[in-house]
Amino acid sequence: MSLKDLRGRIAIVGVGTAGCGEAHGMSDLEILGQAAKAALDDAGLALKDVDGLCTANLNAAMWPLNVVEYLGIRPKFVEGTNVGGAAFVAHQLPAMLALDAGVCDVVLVCYGSTQRTSSFGRKERSAARNLLDPEPFQAPYQPFNPPSSYALIAARHMHQFATTRRHLAEVAVAARKWAQLNPEAFSREPLDIETVLKARMISDPFTAYDCCLVTDGAAAYVMTRADRARDLQKQPVHILANATAVWHRSVSSMQDLTVTPSKESGERAFAAAGLGPKDIDMLQTYDAFSINTLLALEDLGFCKKGEGGSFVEDGAIAPGGRFPVNTNGGGLSCVHPNMYGAFITIEAVRQLRGECGERQVEGAKTAVVNGNGGNSASSQSTSVLATADVL
Amino acid sequence: MQEDAKLGPEAHYQAQLNQGRFLIQRCSDCARHVFYPRVICPHCGGAALQWVEAGGAGMVYSTTTVRRKAEAGGDYDVSLIDLDEGVRMMSRVEGIAPTEVKIGMRVRARVIDQKGAGLVVFFAEDGK
Repeated sequence: MSLKDLRGRIAIVGVGTAGCGEAHGMSDLEILGQAAKAALDDAGLALKDVDGLCTANLNAAMWPLNVVEYLGIRPKFVEGTNVGGAAFVAHQLPAMLALDAGVCDVVLVCYGSTQRTSSFGRKERSAARNLLDPEPFQAPYQPFNPPSSYALIAARHMHQFATTRRHLAEVAVAARKWAQLNPEAFSREPLDIETVLKARMISDPFTAYDCCLVTDGAAAYVMTRADRARDLQKQPVHILANATAVWHRSVSSMQDLTVTPSKESGERAFAAAGLGPKDIDMLQTYDAFSINTLLALEDLGFCKKGEGGSFVEDGAIAPGGRFPVNTNGGGLSCVHPNMYGAFITIEAVRQLRGECGERQVEGAKTAVVNGNGGNSASSQSTSVLATADVL
Repeated sequence: MQEDAKLGPEAHYQAQLNQGRFLIQRCSDCARHVFYPRVICPHCGGAALQWVEAGGAGMVYSTTTVRRKAEAGGDYDVSLIDLDEGVRMMSRVEGIAPTEVKIGMRVRARVIDQKGAGLVVFFAEDGK
């Protein structure tokens, strides 16, 4: 059996989000529960149908236990691998294998974080992690992570390929324009390139607009076998392939700062899907920072290495441009509750179902979802999703 | 040194730095240098890692200026340095303004004391 044998056999049949932006007075688990309920309602299924669980969280090392207990489920399949924000894309392959093998029938992939409004937020967690999971060969130099690691990546990309801050700003502005079409997005006020360029630096070459939001948010989606998916209430979105590549942890151990693991995960996913970049109608990629979008476009083969900057010029990935990228507004302008991988999957599903209103990509049949994890594009997971008529 | 011999590579590296010596590892099996210090060579999987004195010469592979309020100490450099031995490490370039640190700049290592521990930092090779 190979990855190719799984092509289209598993579908996403329900999606849901909750607590996006600010979820005052709520806990991680509470908004996760709301998102899980929304995703199951969307699928026409109930919690009692769930016999597989994929979940991860940055605060709790044994997070699946918390979720199992809170939801009151007894899954036959549990996947809690945490490769960073890409996890909720990377969870797909093990879930596909388990579903295809008949180990379980309905897998719930779910995440929730109230990092923005909770008393234990980003600052406290960073301090705690420095103790629990130190980076002894980087910590004395005080990189402001994750921005500084991605800033080092961006600086190198600019040096090697004449990528400019204006190119990076194009990514941020395109994300904002999509967000303005998405009622769920957190940052919707107008943004132009000059504003991005003139903003205060955080870690050169990044201003705040090059960095993802810090919001609350929960996301969940439901996977089942294609035969069962046909009988459910929503149009199934099939997973043609999923592949994950993990290359390093810290930016100082990243071999070539301009090449990410998407190069490998993308090649494997496209090969198994039997499709290439030219067959893809949209890209939903994890834009933790503006540079991530350029790297994804290059490493997944939507343009050549080093040409990401020129690819995005003149609003090419914005609404009305030639290739739609991050149509929800992305981590830069829609939502980013620490780990964002489930949200890009959900946006692709909503687009392929035709549920996206003003931001709908007309006639879209295929999407690539590309997750990013870790402080320096450390892990990446690529999925090719499609409507039934592409099978 | 007797005590150090019992330490793991990470602790030995730091103990040597604390005495002002910058050591890196070299794999006797594949002849490649290794940083950060390990018990297994990440290139070939061998365990024959030997300590060697780092030459100290290198080049800035990438650099960022971390912006910090003046009252907290002001802006500072974070760079990735490629040592001539072929290994990369995070460090900072001192002696010039952080925004003056450029990719491709030749730099030389110096072991300094930071909060009571030895730490490798770099200075621009032209002596600035």
